[in-house]
Amino acid sequence: MENIYVTIGLEVHCQLLTRAKMFCRCSTDYIGKTPNTLVCPVCMGLPGALPVLNRKALELAIKTALALQCEILPEVVFHRKNYFYPDLPKGYQISQYDFPIGVRGVLEFTLQGVKKRVRIRRVHVEEDAGKLVHEGPDLRGAVSGVDFNRAGIPLVEIVTEPDLHSPEEAKECLVMLRSIVRYLGVSDGNMEEGSLRCDANVSVSLSPEMPGTKVEIKNMNSFRSVFRALSYEVERQTELLRAGKTPVQETRHWDEVRQVTVPSRGKEEAEDYRYFPDPDLLPFCIPPEMLQEIQATIPELPLQKKERFMREYELPEPEAYILAQDRDLAEFFEACVREFPSPRAVCNFILTEVLKNLNSLNIGIRESKVTPSMLAELLKMVERREIGISLAKGIFEEMFRTGMGARDVMLKKGISFLTSERDLEKVVREVIEKNPQSVADYLRGKEKALHFLIGQVMRATKGQASPEVVKNLLLRELSGGE
Amino acid sequence: MNLEEFRNFTIRDYHALFARGELSPSVLLEAFFRRIEEVDPLLHAFLFVNRENALERARRLEKEWKGRDLYPPLWGIPVAVKDNICTLGIPTTCGSKILEGFIPPYNATVIERLERAGAIIIGKTNMDEFAMGSSTENSAFGPTRNPFDLNRVPGGSSGGSAAAVAAFEAPVALGSDTGGSVRQPAAFCGIVGLRPTYGRVSRYGLVSFASSLDQIGPMTRTVEDAITLFEVISGKDERDSTCAPYPPFSREEIPPQEDIRTMKIGLPREYFSEGVDPRMVKVITAVLRELEKEGLELIEVSLPHTNYALEAYYIVAPSEASSNLARYDGVLYGMRKGGDRGLQDMYFQTRSSGFGPEVKRRILLGTYSLSSGYYDAYYLKGMKVRTLVRRDFEEAFATCHLLVTPVSPVFPFFLGERTKSPYEMYLADVFTIPSAMAGVPSIAMNCGYEDGLPVGMQIIAGPFQERVLFALARFVEQMLSLPLPFPEIGPERRT
Ligand SMILES: [Zn+2]
Repeated sequence: MENIYVTIGLEVHCQLLTRAKMFCRCSTDYIGKTPNTLVCPVCMGLPGALPVLNRKALELAIKTALALQCEILPEVVFHRKNYFYPDLPKGYQISQYDFPIGVRGVLEFTLQGVKKRVRIRRVHVEEDAGKLVHEGPDLRGAVSGVDFNRAGIPLVEIVTEPDLHSPEEAKECLVMLRSIVRYLGVSDGNMEEGSLRCDANVSVSLSPEMPGTKVEIKNMNSFRSVFRALSYEVERQTELLRAGKTPVQETRHWDEVRQVTVPSRGKEEAEDYRYFPDPDLLPFCIPPEMLQEIQATIPELPLQKKERFMREYELPEPEAYILAQDRDLAEFFEACVREFPSPRAVCNFILTEVLKNLNSLNIGIRESKVTPSMLAELLKMVERREIGISLAKGIFEEMFRTGMGARDVMLKKGISFLTSERDLEKVVREVIEKNPQSVADYLRGKEKALHFLIGQVMRATKGQASPEVVKNLLLRELSGGE
Repeated sequence: MNLEEFRNFTIRDYHALFARGELSPSVLLEAFFRRIEEVDPLLHAFLFVNRENALERARRLEKEWKGRDLYPPLWGIPVAVKDNICTLGIPTTCGSKILEGFIPPYNATVIERLERAGAIIIGKTNMDEFAMGSSTENSAFGPTRNPFDLNRVPGGSSGGSAAAVAAFEAPVALGSDTGGSVRQPAAFCGIVGLRPTYGRVSRYGLVSFASSLDQIGPMTRTVEDAITLFEVISGKDERDSTCAPYPPFSREEIPPQEDIRTMKIGLPREYFSEGVDPRMVKVITAVLRELEKEGLELIEVSLPHTNYALEAYYIVAPSEASSNLARYDGVLYGMRKGGDRGLQDMYFQTRSSGFGPEVKRRILLGTYSLSSGYYDAYYLKGMKVRTLVRRDFEEAFATCHLLVTPVSPVFPFFLGERTKSPYEMYLADVFTIPSAMAGVPSIAMNCGYEDGLPVGMQIIAGPFQERVLFALARFVEQMLSLPLPFPEIGPERRT
């Protein structure tokens, strides 16, 4: 079977985290709000209303472009993108055309430990449209309304060059992009809520010299659907090519229910957006000191953080990468290590237990009740062998649920855990006295007998002792210790 | 009370009567309402008369201000407002069917400023649909007539405001000027019309026709009143990014009369060519002679790109208009047709039946000019010509302080005379378009009559030089001392 050559480019939109919309002062906090309550003459496109640029939106877009190592163009020019659609109140979208905020950037990420590099074609800023709402029994009998609460929210659009060569790469690239916008604090990058949206161009070819046909995929609403839609599309185009056919250059929608891509209905004729500079907005010259100020606000980015974690904490690459992806988690990790300087143990516990609990509630570490100190305390108890690791996991679950510290959890749960080895020694001696046969067996070299004795101690302490400690104590007693 | 007694009044004169208790805002307002009742059925200057609200406001002002005699600049003064300026709670149609029934939920910045200065909105005036036209014949609600001759047009697009002020249905008005829409009707109706420097007056709330050209300006009977209105409406506005960050104009900035005599007036030869009605040139030349006698120096200058300005304007303005008018799609406000037959049908039917022919023509022109493949040859070229036109003015103002020209090459024409040929109609603005393209201020004022029709003179200044503009206009006004219009309007004059 011959090789296939996959080429993917992404077009990503992120809602910027400004308090006010891009050209008016309406609030951007639209999730769950009654339709058309966060509107004004400007974002409703009423006759006579004029846009006034929210500088914060511009700053966040510049910050994004800088973080993606773009060249920043000295002058910001807004263009009108003209087309008709009911969610577009003015009949045009204020966007950017030949003078975007930034061009020629770079995004790096790793896939299974291999470093990948994607060129960024452009980063520009534009306004979001409203949202169509359909109500009624079916599409035919439906009443359509428009909610303009979202209209005018600033978006940053990031367009990559077609440098991605598999659905895995595309997904990982998107994950990194989300990680960066979150690091920067420019967007919350939530695909499910639509604050991060991704379209993709996919082409498949059977020879590296022959470019494939570019197919645009839209309507992918989660990272998983990006991966699945692209995988489906690569397969679809490959099959067509193998059958001697050529894919049609078109826009296709990902159908989440049927897990297939389907050609988009309508709007097929190549649209002419008649871009021209918006005469309502004067070009804005970016002063060099503004760039410097914004540059100074860019934090350590995921890849830099990963490298540092590998260097400073001697974490293996995969673990460091996962930690560094999530700025909050990485900061939690570092805070925890400051109090319990055993990075590997902290990292392992975070990547297993902490993530498991966070994922079960689908929340981030910032929203959890456990603080770095609380985790450090728990891990210290394990290190001191006061509790075993399996007990620690259970205690953590309870800490996570209630926000109580490890010791409080144990008190509340009636886990009278053995605070001193002296208490434990007493139990150990009792077990030795009650099981002379097993002691004799062990002394004759039967390893199994030791496990039986450990089990007896554990039962006597209702599992609250650290098996490791029990084992050591038993060995000490049996070898005639002290 | 006979309104004719006030025909030569300025705002200051009304205030003097108010202060002496000889007149009150509500009595004055009633007098104008009576005048409107009397003459507007023949003129059709108004699309909406703000009867109840205005009277209520007048009475409230009287109550609030009892016993005080220092008035805000427009206190108690009725102002007619062109119907493309948004007025809270008062219909704003832009002379278009597509906005019939649209009642803005907000006030334009200029309206806020007028009201803060004590003005009373007396009504909304007729206009060419979306300000596209030079005769007010493009109004979807029927044309306005010229108070001097009901068979003739009042000019446009602010023809309603011009006719209302000339016929003394209102003492002052606001118009908007994109390529001459304040100055040309002011000239046709024998009044004063100012087009401020682009960016001197906020456009917030002015329904956009061509955003890079639109400016709101006062239309008044005297230069004095134009200054007063300009003082009130000018100045920076946070809601309009294209509004210049300067404080409001103040009459204190106007140089004293004696400084006028040392000024150099440029006469652009392209504006006195054979295309201009010789009777008009005769009247203006006579005025210029008098100015010379007063000591002003006249020099000939050239604005070589004048002839291209009109062509470029009809690329740039329709391009912006095609985009500005995209929002009238039947979704949110105004007319909706075919809403039950799908989206495309709704767009098609709403816009087909909502817009008049001239608006459609310009939307098509503009859409074409902006289309990919034509953009460079049309829109971009138009913008380049615009730069050349602007440079013409810069060079001219290096050699003189002000320019004086006719406002329009023609006298008010007859209704229907130019509607057959759009190009003929466009030519009526050939002398007002270049300064609009350059963004410089200019004022149109009456400088005499010929065969019973007013002759308009245009004074053009450099950017933000309204101060000198007003200085010369006031000087000319005093020098000529023409009676202010109070035309007799009756069906017997319709010939
Ligand atoms: Zn808004």
